[in-house]
Amino acid sequence: MLSRTADNLYWIARYMERADTVARLLEVGSRISLLPSAQGYRSEWDSLLQATGMAHAFAQKYGDPVQRNIESFLFFDRDNPSSVASCITAARENGRIVRTALTTQVWDALNTAFQELKQLEREERSKLELSRLTDWTMRHAAMLRGAIDATLLRDDGFNFLNIGYYLERGDNTARLMDVKYYVLLPRVDFVGSGLDNYQWTTLLRAMGAHRAFHWAYGGDVTAAKIADFLIRNPQAPRSLCTCTAGLTNHLGRLAKAYGRETEAQVEAQSLAAGIESATVEAIFDEGLHEFLTRYIAEAAVLANAIHASYLSGEMR
Amino acid sequence: MTQFNEMFQGVEVRIPYARLKDWVATMPQELRSLKQAEAEALFRRIGITFAVYGEGGDPDRLIPFDMFPRVFSGAEWSRLERGIKQRARALNAFLVDVYGRGEIIRAGRIPAHLVYRNEAYEKAVAGFVPPKGVYSHIVGVDIVRTGPDEFYVLEDNCRTPSGVSYMLESREIMMRMFPDLFRENRIEPVDTYADKLRRTLASVAPARCTGEPTVVILTPGHFNSAYYEHSLLADLMGVELVEGQDLFVDGDHVWMRTTEGPQRVDVIYRRIDDAFLDPLCFRPDSMLGIPGLMDVYRSGGVSICSAPGAGVADDKAVYTYVPEMVRFYLGEEPILQNVPTWQCGRPEDLAHVLANLPDLVVKEVHGSGGYGMLVGPKASRDEIERFRAKLSEDPANYIAQPTLALSTVPTFVEQGVAPRHVDLRPYCLVGERIELVPGGLTRVALKEGSLVVNSSQGGGVKDTWVLAE
Amino acid sequence: MRLTVDHVTRYRYDTPVRSVVQSHRLTPSVFTGQKVFDWEVTVTEGTKGARHRDGAGDVVQGWTIAGPVTEIAVRVQGTVETEDMAGVLRGHRETVAPDCYLRETAPTRIDVALAALANTATGADTLALAHALSAAVAGAIAYRPGVTHAHTTAAEALTLGEGVCQDHAHALIACARSRGIPARYVSGYLFATEDGTPHEAAHAWAELHISGLGWVGFDPANLSCPDARFIRLGSGFDAQDAAPIRGIARGGAREAMDVTVAVQQSAQ
Repeated sequence: MLSRTADNLYWIARYMERADTVARLLEVGSRISLLPSAQGYRSEWDSLLQATGMAHAFAQKYGDPVQRNIESFLFFDRDNPSSVASCITAARENGRIVRTALTTQVWDALNTAFQELKQLEREERSKLELSRLTDWTMRHAAMLRGAIDATLLRDDGFNFLNIGYYLERGDNTARLMDVKYYVLLPRVDFVGSGLDNYQWTTLLRAMGAHRAFHWAYGGDVTAAKIADFLIRNPQAPRSLCTCTAGLTNHLGRLAKAYGRETEAQVEAQSLAAGIESATVEAIFDEGLHEFLTRYIAEAAVLANAIHASYLSGEMR
Repeated sequence: MTQFNEMFQGVEVRIPYARLKDWVATMPQELRSLKQAEAEALFRRIGITFAVYGEGGDPDRLIPFDMFPRVFSGAEWSRLERGIKQRARALNAFLVDVYGRGEIIRAGRIPAHLVYRNEAYEKAVAGFVPPKGVYSHIVGVDIVRTGPDEFYVLEDNCRTPSGVSYMLESREIMMRMFPDLFRENRIEPVDTYADKLRRTLASVAPARCTGEPTVVILTPGHFNSAYYEHSLLADLMGVELVEGQDLFVDGDHVWMRTTEGPQRVDVIYRRIDDAFLDPLCFRPDSMLGIPGLMDVYRSGGVSICSAPGAGVADDKAVYTYVPEMVRFYLGEEPILQNVPTWQCGRPEDLAHVLANLPDLVVKEVHGSGGYGMLVGPKASRDEIERFRAKLSEDPANYIAQPTLALSTVPTFVEQGVAPRHVDLRPYCLVGERIELVPGGLTRVALKEGSLVVNSSQGGGVKDTWVLAE
Repeated sequence: MRLTVDHVTRYRYDTPVRSVVQSHRLTPSVFTGQKVFDWEVTVTEGTKGARHRDGAGDVVQGWTIAGPVTEIAVRVQGTVETEDMAGVLRGHRETVAPDCYLRETAPTRIDVALAALANTATGADTLALAHALSAAVAGAIAYRPGVTHAHTTAAEALTLGEGVCQDHAHALIACARSRGIPARYVSGYLFATEDGTPHEAAHAWAELHISGLGWVGFDPANLSCPDARFIRLGSGFDAQDAAPIRGIARGGAREAMDVTVAVQQSAQ
């Protein structure tokens, strides 16, 4: 497969997953901001932007983080490369380039999302509820995922799509958890309070996982249980453990198909081993924020290895 | 000016169209609208759209599709086929000659300056004979008809003629919408085109290549207006669609960047201009090309289709001499006629053209797509005078032809069915063998009375049928 | 005359570059006035690529350097036996039709001043006219290094009234073409005599096509036709088209180039 084609497939998955996460972030943010807090709602939105690394770009263009501006920035703004609109447009454009590597169903999913996005952009903003925007995004992300799983040949292209998905998803899970850290940080005394629990529940809700969590753990929502669920639990679809397992699986399939291992497999295995061996105690000893930051950095090293080994076209 | 209607002669229906008479007569208006909408939805769904150069506007614009087919009898086609193949052979013989000893010039049958001072003549390939002696592997010959047996060649396209995707998709859509028509009429298939193209390209692989050659299509990228066609052909042939950045030269071969490391490339079907092939050889500022490609090409490490330099044969000034090429290289009389053409670069021709502008079609020598041309009988007095000034400034840049009474084919219009002017572009494949798929691209001028069929100027397309004998 | 050449072109990059591709016209032409004894081109870390003889008779050799590298040295070393042919390129195998070389290129585009200069020249026949054109160009553009650069056009050099061998050649080519004489750019080497004539060891001149004689060299810079001191490498429409080395590197590194050429008479 052409390296560029693999690169396009990989980015279709990353962009679509990123759009999904941004929608989830918006949902987390708006729910958390419904609660009273010492700083007023602004600081929560600010924390959210901090966590996504977009605070600076936002401040430059919009100034104060009021909800409506945040919505514009995270959903519609084409200047923001991570906005839902930018991600879906980029995913569809990548898809158009590699149209022949996709099935009709996968292309339809991408193209329909793009065409509907154009309609949304024409609608009056005051008539667009935030929940409608976030639901819409998650629905289309799921439809694409479904079309890929249901119709695509299980060849190397399928592996590159999945590598993109798992890499982006792991990164996003880590960042979503970190939002919670940023939100809580200024008020350590809230730990274990009703507010604390409410925020964790909101986070789970945004990940579409609060019911699953209760089935799996029961009882009170605690930081330790959440960390176990979102980092170590192989049953949780968005856990870091699931993502690293997916990465080693699909990179392993590539190595087998191509008859050679690269540094990407080595990096993926080390990333997975780091997650499997981490106990909840160890994670909290290190500090949740520090642990997540380290994961994000190591995943970036893996992304570079994948680029160098498969996508850049520079390997000999 | 009497116009030849390909379906009706008076009240009589010509034989190839016999079965279409009832088809159109019995089609209820609602069904027609339904089918038209269905066709449009299908075209949009598959993404076959056309961006018009320099017009901006909607990049996802569709070319209008007319459901009324254009039909040739087997006998009509067989004559066309012989004429087209003859022309493709002569054009290739000409190209090999002018990059070799230039016998036709030495014999005084074509002026030296038209060839050697032509921008499209590539000095870089002089003295080189491509595999199988083929420069132009896909020859698109634009043909118009003025009577039952009168066919004229308007121009030749020896580089990378586009539009074949419309031939393929129009047929697909017609078969899907009107399967009965295909049961009632014995229509020769066109879907063998991709297979034949792949065989043609493989047959001109470099002699050094042993085993199954690796063929790729080189596209300028997904912003190109013909990108859909490039990806369709790649898909149908089962070959990679590459951009310049996907290829590189190492040692004496060209390689493609794949996820498994470099893979050798033997044949490049390029859909980019010569100037963008290799920045080391042509344009140093080109970011599209593959540095070193021409060195590999010249040393026989890779084949390029069409071969660099092929453009010198489809220049509108060189066009005048194609019948001469047929006589010179093949020792045959041309089966297809040229449209009489005046070279405005010649003083006596220019005088005639200037005196008769309202009756003539004047075109730029290097123009394409129907731009920069004057259709005398359709132009206002002002337009004619403006054009006269342009023409007088740089006469050598123009040729002129009489306004031909292009044949018409019934076409669905608002009020029902009405005759509209058409032309035809078949695609002749030249490799180890010369092949022609029975069919082509029929373009139709949808505006009443219009003679301009270019899609950029409001033209549409029709399915083109050749009936089995 | 037996001449030895040692020509080193060094490219330095401020950041490492990869996938460097070069195309060389660095092999002496083979014709009656020139015989090659030994000749070698080396490129640091380079892989020799495709090689062919083009329609103009030049040997073109491709090279690739995988990299990453920050410096590439192209070294040419060899010995050539030359003979004074009064500039006539006899016994040179080529297929390009001379009429091709009537085509204008950007650096050789004719302007009013060049056309006027060309029209001052007269001659009883084409050969005499060619000599007159060469002398006219030599008189109109004084030899002076440093005032022009690689992209100076013939018209610009004439306006300046000063230039180097490249400008002389371009101006002569433009003038000759305007008078209907096919003309081309030739790159090569020049052996310095001891009479103090200013020169560049890496040299360029023009060839004009004279019916009956074929291609004949003219060197306005030295007021002569190429003789035994000249080594001919290759030709083209203009300097860029005839460049002995063309190359491209991937990545946006800044390139600095440094050339040293030594041409010496070798002991027999």
